[in-house]
Amino acid sequence: MKSLKTSWKHIRRNPYQSMAAIFITTITFFAISIFAFIIIGSSVIVSYLESRLEVVAFFKDEAKQVDINVLQDKLKHTGKIARIKFISKKDALAKYREQNKNDPVLLELVTEDILPSSLEISTKQITDLPSIAESLKNSPLVSLVRYPQDVVSTLTKWINAIKIIGVGLVVILTAESVFIIISIVGFKISQKKEEIEIMRLLSATNWYIRWPFILEGIFYGIIGTILGWISAAVGLWYATPYLQPFLKDIPLLPVSPIFLLELLLGELLIAVIIGVFASMVAVLRYLK
Amino acid sequence: MIKLDNVSKIYKTGTAALTDVTFSMDKGEFVFFVGPSGSGKTTLFRLLIRETLPSKGTINVNKWELTKLSKKKIPQLRKKIGVVFQDLKLLKDRTVFENILFPLEVTDMDHKSAKQKVEKILEEVDIMEHRNKFPLQLSGGELQRVAIARALVFNPDIVLADEPTGNLDMTTSWEILKLLQDINKAGTTILMATHNTDIINSLLKRVITLEKGKIIKDEKRLEKSVHDTSKSEAGESKKEKGLPAGQPQHEPVRRLAE
Repeated sequence: MKSLKTSWKHIRRNPYQSMAAIFITTITFFAISIFAFIIIGSSVIVSYLESRLEVVAFFKDEAKQVDINVLQDKLKHTGKIARIKFISKKDALAKYREQNKNDPVLLELVTEDILPSSLEISTKQITDLPSIAESLKNSPLVSLVRYPQDVVSTLTKWINAIKIIGVGLVVILTAESVFIIISIVGFKISQKKEEIEIMRLLSATNWYIRWPFILEGIFYGIIGTILGWISAAVGLWYATPYLQPFLKDIPLLPVSPIFLLELLLGELLIAVIIGVFASMVAVLRYLK
Repeated sequence: MIKLDNVSKIYKTGTAALTDVTFSMDKGEFVFFVGPSGSGKTTLFRLLIRETLPSKGTINVNKWELTKLSKKKIPQLRKKIGVVFQDLKLLKDRTVFENILFPLEVTDMDHKSAKQKVEKILEEVDIMEHRNKFPLQLSGGELQRVAIARALVFNPDIVLADEPTGNLDMTTSWEILKLLQDINKAGTTILMATHNTDIINSLLKRVITLEKGKIIKDEKRLEKSVHDTSKSEAGESKKEKGLPAGQPQHEPVRRLAE
């Protein structure tokens, strides 16, 4: 309690230094929050897309329905299949007409006989798609196998790049926060050198002297976290109506309040660690 | 209660602040430490509160051997020794009350009890009327009283007073001395560094003389109160301790003034 009071007195008596420390930690945790949204959001998007990835096998005109059914059953028995759907010539035509309803020229040219029947297959694990595609290629019934193997890997590469940049930026900002807190706490220790010397001579223990400075570092971290998190959450809340149309069926927005709370708790933990670390460095360096 | 045995202190610069200092003190004694500037008085006091370690020798204060005392136990030692610093070391941005309360704030004592204790000490030291003033508003004598009051907050067994009358006029000096004598009568051991020969001659307490870090004289005289000159036995020493071989056995009081 005494340490808290002393700590608050230190903060109150040097408001500009305190504001500088809070400002830099706010920026750090704002960046952490934004990148948390981006990283987790992109993971959700990738997972969604992966679940929608499918192999499409187009059948030859002479393929019989009986043989196609046998092939379907064989694939189902592998245990790898999440979804398998047969598209007949008629279904294919209907789909084509729907997709090109605004282009009558294209509609005139295409008839049911031209469009092949197909099997649309998605697997439980994305890693099983190549093997299914391979087995379909080897089937005498199949004329063409379409498998967009590059889409996910390209998307994953982009997302990994964003993650690396995000993590790098967060590391730089965190280091900046640590150095600012060390400097400010160290400066305050040097301002109070006389008082600290007297405290020592009057039987104060080292930890009695240290605690207020460590609490001060924690305070800067916690306040910066709360302000940064609020800023990011408000920004996200404001941007949600604009982002939702782009995401369509992807179950990402609006972000669940529980996730936001978990993010805040995680950031508070990081803030306490940063605050303790930075102020301990200052205390051990300047309080010899 | 206090025992120094062949204690030397040599700083890194090579300066020998103390050389082979040996003496002991019993509980309740009042001892003057005299000597010119640089004779080692302040260094001796710094050793007694474990602010620094001796280069050689042992120091025993109560149950502690200071050269073996762990850093964790130093606060316990310092609670038993009240110090009136030469430069007072009062905090300018705190009132008299807050300065005296300060040592109690660093302990586990609850705030209410601490405040009551400070009130009591303010009465004892007769500075109650100045409790809400800041150090800059006080005279030299009043500041010394505040420093003494702060030294007494833990009811220490020992008080070290480093030049408490240094910048004071004679009247105020006697007042401070009377205060220290009263504290001594209550059972506290007093070590007082001074070069005020009038006081030393009048009080006839034990006097340890230091010169260039060595004890050159250690005289114990008869007890005498500040204003009671009729009982004076000036010039006669009762007992001597620690004199090197060949020194005269009796050192008259007036010799100190020469």
